[in-house]
Amino acid sequence: MFAGLSFAVPAGGALVLTGPNGSGKSTLLRLLAGLARPEAGRLLWDGADTLADLPAHAARLRYLGHQDAVKPGLTVAENLHFWGGSDAIRRALAAVDLLRLADLPARMLSAGQKRRLAIARLVLTPAPLWLLDEPTLGLDAASVARVGALLAAHRAGGGMVVAATHLPLPLADAAALSLAPAPQTTQ
Amino acid sequence: MTTFLALLARDLRLSLRHGSDTLAALLFFLVAAALFPLAIGPAPETLGRIAPGIVWVCALLAALLPLDRLFGADLEDGSLDLLLLSGLPASAVAAAKALAHWLVTGVPLLLAAGPLAIMLRMPDEAIPALLLGLLPGTVVLSLLGTAGAALVLGARRGGVLLPLLVLPLTAPVLIFGVAAADAASGGLSPRPHLLLLAALCAAALPLCPLAAGAGLRSAVE
Repeated sequence: MFAGLSFAVPAGGALVLTGPNGSGKSTLLRLLAGLARPEAGRLLWDGADTLADLPAHAARLRYLGHQDAVKPGLTVAENLHFWGGSDAIRRALAAVDLLRLADLPARMLSAGQKRRLAIARLVLTPAPLWLLDEPTLGLDAASVARVGALLAAHRAGGGMVVAATHLPLPLADAAALSLAPAPQTTQ
Repeated sequence: MTTFLALLARDLRLSLRHGSDTLAALLFFLVAAALFPLAIGPAPETLGRIAPGIVWVCALLAALLPLDRLFGADLEDGSLDLLLLSGLPASAVAAAKALAHWLVTGVPLLLAAGPLAIMLRMPDEAIPALLLGLLPGTVVLSLLGTAGAALVLGARRGGVLLPLLVLPLTAPVLIFGVAAADAASGGLSPRPHLLLLAALCAAALPLCPLAAGAGLRSAVE
């Protein structure tokens, strides 16, 4: 998929991954999350190998995939129960403006609202690294601004963000990493 | 441990919301077993003789029914990625799923097996041995089923592959489970068979979640 890739994200830093479809942005995010394994190379956290202890690595990151992982049978608040306590759920839902829909079954939500519910999962409990795959897909302008405020607050607290996107993200002074299209391999 | 219980609570809540799916396994168990008296005739001596086998085979097949959705729904909507990133080892995620499967499928089967055995005219003295055998037996079925479901996850036609993979592995459980009930109805002690079932359960408890965890990891890659 890609080779010869090397980068570091400092505390409070942000990295935006860009590149055409199929260039490996999502794969790179899954590698960083420890969901996929690199064929070669290392993934270090403060100089220590993350692949040696995946549960510990998972505990310090929040991953927002391109799927929302919303269970239609549960209510909006129940969808978050696994990830945090009821106070944290209220705060997280307020941050994405879903608090008034908290007791609605999630199958009634629109695509953008489901996306916001998935984003609410990020802010439930603090974690230093956010891995975001197209975080603002399907969101209206007001919601994008809210996500921008969440990202700024996260970074102000020393958090890191790595985001893959095609849309302009509300991330101030973010480093950019452009992935080249995947080479055509002939067998 | 808190995360483990939270995952268990989440799965139980989901099963409760999808009540018809949950009830389907139990109803299948009752209906399939009720077909036997119609097919082979209601003569008490024949029916009572093969009743332990009927109950065990039907319980085995019914326990298979919910397995293809055990991880399938979570894989499709991206929840499985998040569960594996919840800070729990993959084997603990699998163990929580197996426990949820046992509570939602195994326990109702266990409760329904008694009345079903009476309906099939099973000798009274064999019924406790049947139920005592089903207790570790359903646990092993849940554990083996979870391991099988994790292994076929993401495979094309996984739903067909799953019984082919799991059913042969359940043969020892079936043999000792039925033998325990048969021994009791023949006036012998069911104890050795029950102990062997408990031993199978003790072996499956650590091994199946480990295998299932490895299956889950490779499914999301």
